[in-house]
Amino acid sequence: MRVRYPVLAFLGAALLSGCVSSIDQVTKSDQGAVQMRSYQERAFDTTDKEQTLRSVIATLQDLNFVLDKADLDLGMVTATKLSGYQLRITVTVRPRGDAQVLVRANAGYEEEVVKDLKFYRDFFTALEKAMFLTAHEVD
Amino acid sequence: MHAPGATRHGLMSATLIALACLFVGGCQTLPDTAMELPPDSLKLRQLQTRKVEGIDEKALLAATVGVLQDLGFNIDESETQLGVIVASKKRSAVDTADIASSALGSLLVGMLGALLSGDHESEGDINFDVTQKIRISVVTRPALDSSGQPREGAQVIRVTIQRMVWDDEGNLTHAESIEDPKVYQKFFDRLSKSIFLELQAE
Repeated sequence: MRVRYPVLAFLGAALLSGCVSSIDQVTKSDQGAVQMRSYQERAFDTTDKEQTLRSVIATLQDLNFVLDKADLDLGMVTATKLSGYQLRITVTVRPRGDAQVLVRANAGYEEEVVKDLKFYRDFFTALEKAMFLTAHEVD
Repeated sequence: MHAPGATRHGLMSATLIALACLFVGGCQTLPDTAMELPPDSLKLRQLQTRKVEGIDEKALLAATVGVLQDLGFNIDESETQLGVIVASKKRSAVDTADIASSALGSLLVGMLGALLSGDHESEGDINFDVTQKIRISVVTRPALDSSGQPREGAQVIRVTIQRMVWDDEGNLTHAESIEDPKVYQKFFDRLSKSIFLELQAE
């Protein structure tokens, strides 16, 4: 019966430490930042910033978001989704070269950045449909 | 003679399971379908969207602000160039039917508990929803003709609404988007009247 106490202690410790990430994350962030960019950024073959932002807004509404902020001059939109959870996303649109715009999406959930590749891929798949344009990966 | 051992074993297992549940529950993760288009997205889009004829985008936005004011919303954000208005209001979330049923429920549980334990002072916890914050975003865009060009004096308007609800102890009990067709129907009914007034004022 005693054998079980270490198991309990381990579970207790795991419970107490909860979701806190370790300090190693600080040094990891450099490599992570490049990877996150590749997840979060796509280029589209248009120079129409306004139309791109309007498509972003329409996509977010399709995905059940309610907008928080929108600014054409700065080229950004922030929105929140409530569906048992709270999810916040900021999308920026800026010119890239002479023939493209660069769209970047940043999402936060429970005080952490969403780092899931599928999450951002799903967003850009939905955005592609709204824009009638292909999302190009950026290197 | 086996009984005490068996009981302790059962207790230990229950504790382990409870701890495991807490551990798993503490690190709730985002559903991986969060950014997938929901299967009912087309239906939802239809009930949240209307086409409006004979009005330009700015006048439509002005008419929308009028409706939001009628409904007691405060405007939090607007960007006319993108056809965006965001508004919110905090209101009571007290639902009398909800309170009555939970009070009755806890009364029954309390009576049952008292009967079983003989403890007449046991009291059930009654928590009910007290306040809610409702947020609405209204987005307009020019309607397009069959060749994909903006059509003069025709707009498309889409409304999305969500709310957060807190109980009497300040705990968040609901965080949801509102998908009740009646809510949107009422909003658009009021908007038609507001558009009519807006066009008359021009």
